Amino acid sequence: MDQATLRFVIQLGIIGFTFFMLINASALLVLAERKIMGFMQQRYGPYLVGPHGILQPLADILKLLFKEELRPKDADKWLFTLAPIISVTAAFAAFAAVPWGAETTFFGLLDTPVKLGVADVNVAVLVVFAITSMGVYGIVLAGWSSNSKYSLLGGLRSSAQMISYELAYATTLASVIMLAGSLSLREVVDAQSGYWLGFIPRWYLFLQPVGFIIYVIAGVAETNRAPFDFPEAEQELVAGYNTEYSSVRFALFPQAEYINMTTMSAVATDLFLGGWHGPLLERWGLGWVWFLIKVGVILFTYIWVRWTVPRYRYDQLMQFGWKWLFPASVLNLIATAAAILYFNV
Amino acid sequence: MSETLIFYVFAGVAVVASALVIGQRNPMYSIMLLILSFGALSGLYIQLDAPFVAMAQVIVYAGAIMVLFLFVVMLLNAPQEDAAEWDRTHPLRRPGVARFGALLAGLLIIQLVWALVRVNDASAAVGARGDVAAISSVRSVGRVLFTDYVFAFEATSILILVAMVGAVLLAAREPGR
Repeated sequence: MDQATLRFVIQLGIIGFTFFMLINASALLVLAERKIMGFMQQRYGPYLVGPHGILQPLADILKLLFKEELRPKDADKWLFTLAPIISVTAAFAAFAAVPWGAETTFFGLLDTPVKLGVADVNVAVLVVFAITSMGVYGIVLAGWSSNSKYSLLGGLRSSAQMISYELAYATTLASVIMLAGSLSLREVVDAQSGYWLGFIPRWYLFLQPVGFIIYVIAGVAETNRAPFDFPEAEQELVAGYNTEYSSVRFALFPQAEYINMTTMSAVATDLFLGGWHGPLLERWGLGWVWFLIKVGVILFTYIWVRWTVPRYRYDQLMQFGWKWLFPASVLNLIATAAAILYFNV
Repeated sequence: MSETLIFYVFAGVAVVASALVIGQRNPMYSIMLLILSFGALSGLYIQLDAPFVAMAQVIVYAGAIMVLFLFVVMLLNAPQEDAAEWDRTHPLRRPGVARFGALLAGLLIIQLVWALVRVNDASAAVGARGDVAAISSVRSVGRVLFTDYVFAFEATSILILVAMVGAVLLAAREPGR
């Protein structure tokens, strides 16, 4: 095989691998969520399907596949079908702009290195932000088209919530972008290589601690996870926007949620935790293992928070978003800009 | 060749979706089609080597403004309500108004044709100006925005602020309660 063909095949392989990992991330997260929840509540969690219950997600999916697809009589046929598709497509597409490994020649297989990641876009931060903000349509349309009051309330809540938290989220992104001086996630990651004083990694986490906290909080709200899971607050709204969904159509919503969580964590890793940079492994060309570990840690924190913190009240959520989180992110932005001017970074 | 094909796909989607927006009875469909049209437009921007403008288009229009549209339509729940009654009594339905609208549309078409005729070589319109690199760079967009066009920029933000304060004032029924 000549280099051009080989390159094409490897590029396709990288895209396929990313897709495969994302699909499995949602299955793995379902299992992790139930296992960790079980651990935190002092019980086993799923245990019967496969050794220690590791095949539980597969059983869940099979069960959902064979369920009957129901649609309320007065539901809007087109939008009802379109909503889960929008959700899951936006979730998958957003990851396309996220780089997850350094340039590599695959141990000398190629003469010029390829970049690990689906697409290397020079405005990657904006692409991820733009596509994830499309995800809200899935939830809102699901809520509206079901023609059910619980779904509608769930959809309305989610649109209000996502608009409120997107502001703080975007402002935090801006402060990191200013530090790195680039909108490309790859360049942001590469700006974080090396160490201060020989042992503290040059992560933006240490320059932007407030930004990181705001990012994670806004990320939880954006992905509609507890303690901000108002669109599907069980005690108030039955199941929120997906009340009327069943079978595969229903399965697509949690899948989109888990993939969105993965994307959020991957972007957080790229922006704040130095991406694939880390000791040892990077030298052997296995930097992406560091990336996986870091994403895993953030995902664990997501699940940990979900089973620790109770849900807020809806007005508290809005108060918190507009009166605390957003002003904090603006102050952080101004402080970052001032510091950059003063220290001339 | 493939670039031309992609251009016609995006352009076709944008034109057809925009035309369908005004033909829908259900405002929900209109909104979804408008989003589709915005998406196709941003595809065209990417073809013009302006990824920043493309993403701004998606984030601002498709991501933020259309969500608000959707929000309003959902809150008003317009489609189920007396659409027929509203259609018949609406002032825009009167014949005189309709004729005036047709006149405006005709003027717009004449304007468009005139503009197209004046541009001799449409294909060279962007490349010939030689500022493609400037369009695609976020840095230069930002610099121009905060130096040459700073007055227009600040005036726009004041305008938006005024609109926002006005909306809050109108929405707040009685102060202090």
